[in-house]
Amino acid sequence: MNIVFEKPKALADVPFHYCPGCTHGIAHRLVAEAIDALDIEGQTIGIAPVGCAVFAYNYFNCDMVQAPHGRAPAVATGIKRANPDKFVFTYQGDGDLAAIGTAETIHSGARGENITIIFINNAIYGMTGGQMAPTTLLGQVTTTSPYGRKAEIQGNPLRICELMSTIEGVAYAERVALDNVKNIRRAKAAIQKAFEIQRDKKGLSIIEILSTCPTNWGFSPAQSMDFVREKMIPYYPLGVYKDITKGGANNE
Amino acid sequence: MSNFLFAGFGGQGILFSGKLLAKVGLELDKQVSWLPSYGPEMRGGTANCSVIVNDEPIGSPLVTKPDVLLVLNLPSFEKFEHTVIKNGIMIVDSSLVEKKTVRTDIKAYYIPASMLASDNDLAGLANIIMFGQMLKAIKLFDYSLVEAVLVHSTPKSKPQLAELNKKALSLGYNYQA
Amino acid sequence: MSRKVLMKGNEAVAEAAIRAGCKLFFGYPITPQTDLSEYMAKQMPNRGGLSLQAESEIAAINMVLGASASGARVMTSSSSPGISLKGEGISYIVGSDLPCVIVNVQRGGPGLGGIQPAQSDYFQATKALGHGDMHLIVLAPANIQEMAILTGEAFDLADIYRTPVMILADGALGQMMEPVDFAAKPVRVLPEKTWVCNGHQNKRPMNIVNSLYIQPEELEQKNIERFERYKKIEETEVKYEEYLTDDAEIVVVAYGITARIARTAVNLARAEGIKAGLHRPITLYPFPKKRLNKLADKVDIFLSVELNMGQMIDDIKLAIECKKPVKHFGRTGGVMPVPEEILDNIRRLAK
Repeated sequence: MNIVFEKPKALADVPFHYCPGCTHGIAHRLVAEAIDALDIEGQTIGIAPVGCAVFAYNYFNCDMVQAPHGRAPAVATGIKRANPDKFVFTYQGDGDLAAIGTAETIHSGARGENITIIFINNAIYGMTGGQMAPTTLLGQVTTTSPYGRKAEIQGNPLRICELMSTIEGVAYAERVALDNVKNIRRAKAAIQKAFEIQRDKKGLSIIEILSTCPTNWGFSPAQSMDFVREKMIPYYPLGVYKDITKGGANNE
Repeated sequence: MSNFLFAGFGGQGILFSGKLLAKVGLELDKQVSWLPSYGPEMRGGTANCSVIVNDEPIGSPLVTKPDVLLVLNLPSFEKFEHTVIKNGIMIVDSSLVEKKTVRTDIKAYYIPASMLASDNDLAGLANIIMFGQMLKAIKLFDYSLVEAVLVHSTPKSKPQLAELNKKALSLGYNYQA
Repeated sequence: MSRKVLMKGNEAVAEAAIRAGCKLFFGYPITPQTDLSEYMAKQMPNRGGLSLQAESEIAAINMVLGASASGARVMTSSSSPGISLKGEGISYIVGSDLPCVIVNVQRGGPGLGGIQPAQSDYFQATKALGHGDMHLIVLAPANIQEMAILTGEAFDLADIYRTPVMILADGALGQMMEPVDFAAKPVRVLPEKTWVCNGHQNKRPMNIVNSLYIQPEELEQKNIERFERYKKIEETEVKYEEYLTDDAEIVVVAYGITARIARTAVNLARAEGIKAGLHRPITLYPFPKKRLNKLADKVDIFLSVELNMGQMIDDIKLAIECKKPVKHFGRTGGVMPVPEEILDNIRRLAK
């Protein structure tokens, strides 16, 4: 019998703890596929965040370090500076990366750290149970914006790829989604490109993945994909925001 | 005689003079400590440093009752004049401090160090001129040793400065206050 | 010229760290510690290391976490307010059993406080550098030579016990110069770092550096194990120095810069015929409990002298189990006492 489908080597053979319909599983898999494709599992160190993906250290087969909330880019900096020829990636949610860890995110970019950031944007805090995130959309109801997010009270959602693309040391910034097969393929290519940019020591690469949180959004998995398409993508347009391999500033 | 206080404005070479003394102590295998004032006052305000050269282990590095006080500005003169111990020594740059001490229980030496520096093309070396005068007043250290340490403390990249430093030290040492 | 070099305490710590094989330094400018960062910035690139100014104290301590997790000898330094910011990261470093060296060149507090020397972070350093059941080894040098020696020692202790080690200094020790001799010291046998996350190269199982244990029983076990290590540290690594305690009726307990001033005061007291002595803890955690308890059998009274409103006094009281009275004398806010002030207190208690 021929094996036609299997887990990537870089992914541990354990069930995910993620909720049904959550896209963390797909995102994990895509990261692992990129690690396999470049055959770098033995040279890779991953950083788990605080949030739903904190247990990422149980799901990847490469060495894993768990970082304080928001500090993954600083932890990654420490690892990368001590091991400049290894691959280092962070896997962070929106609260981790775009709220408590905004300074670490921006300054790792400014320093052009040769690391890859996988940024899961699902517009909500998952692990703590559905609170407002820095990327929560205007009007979106969460447990801490129960009347819908209002710009004049809770401020506006942050567009991270746009922000990071303005920073000199950022080599690659792309926003992708996981709402259909085409977009998933696009996301896979983006993640692999991010690791290649790291391999070539060109600077920081960040892939923002628009993700779902059916449990805290209060939607079915299918409705959640609709939410990504109809609500999130219009505010967070997909695409490449910066790519220094196609001309433009190179921080080397 | 082991507790020294050097005081003046930031930029007058107060800390350098203190270091010079500490290095001389080091060469004599004495216990030495050097403690600067630090913080915002160092930028444009008054600067001072405590230097202790002793045979015994040094307790507090802070000199509150100096045996020897070098002052290069009026605020320092007014602040520290009364802290000098009885029979102590005070060296004053009289081109910057017009006052004379009211104390009769200390020995004060007045030397127009800043003026001597500018008159002799020794810009910025009033501190070394003062040091020379102090050296003569305290009679503790061998002149040639101090001169050697001074030359050693001058950046190798500025050989001409070493000569100027030597000249300043000699000028201060030989000035009759 | 002399083999010894005249150096600031901050610089001596930096130089000793480089000599101890510290390869990475992450810091953030704060008075009165900045000379240390500056020394590292100047020296590291020429000596096979890296010095990086982080965007914040928080980022700096987390860079330390990362570098340590991947196997490097690494250090950060700051002064009081900056150490508070590092608290979260320090707790994670302890929880992840990572070695590193953290320097606190203390200044007066609370809040922005002042910039002059203080010892008011004693409680923080010995009891609450971060949340959770945790301690650090805390070393308190009293002169610049010791700043250098204990820094080297700190890196070894950190590696042996897989714990952060703090050098607890103060503004005076950081800023003052004294002669230092960097002659080689005996090196300890260090365990192999089998837990490092630097890429498994397909030659070993993956490693995880982590402080999260979601099962209470598992976390409890981890903490029990760590505290067994603390017990071992307490049995083997306590350091102190004593001066004239053999026949002392009153013993001054002081550490760091204060111990030097207290020593002068003890000499002055002896000259007056008062039987005073000095006990100087060098390790503040572990605290020299056993020794102080033993001293309490023959001493009449203890005087804790600190640059704070009374912190170490609690540890002395705990150590001697109410055998003898313990009094406190302190100056705070950045004020350093003169020996005569301490002498006055000794006199008063000797009556």
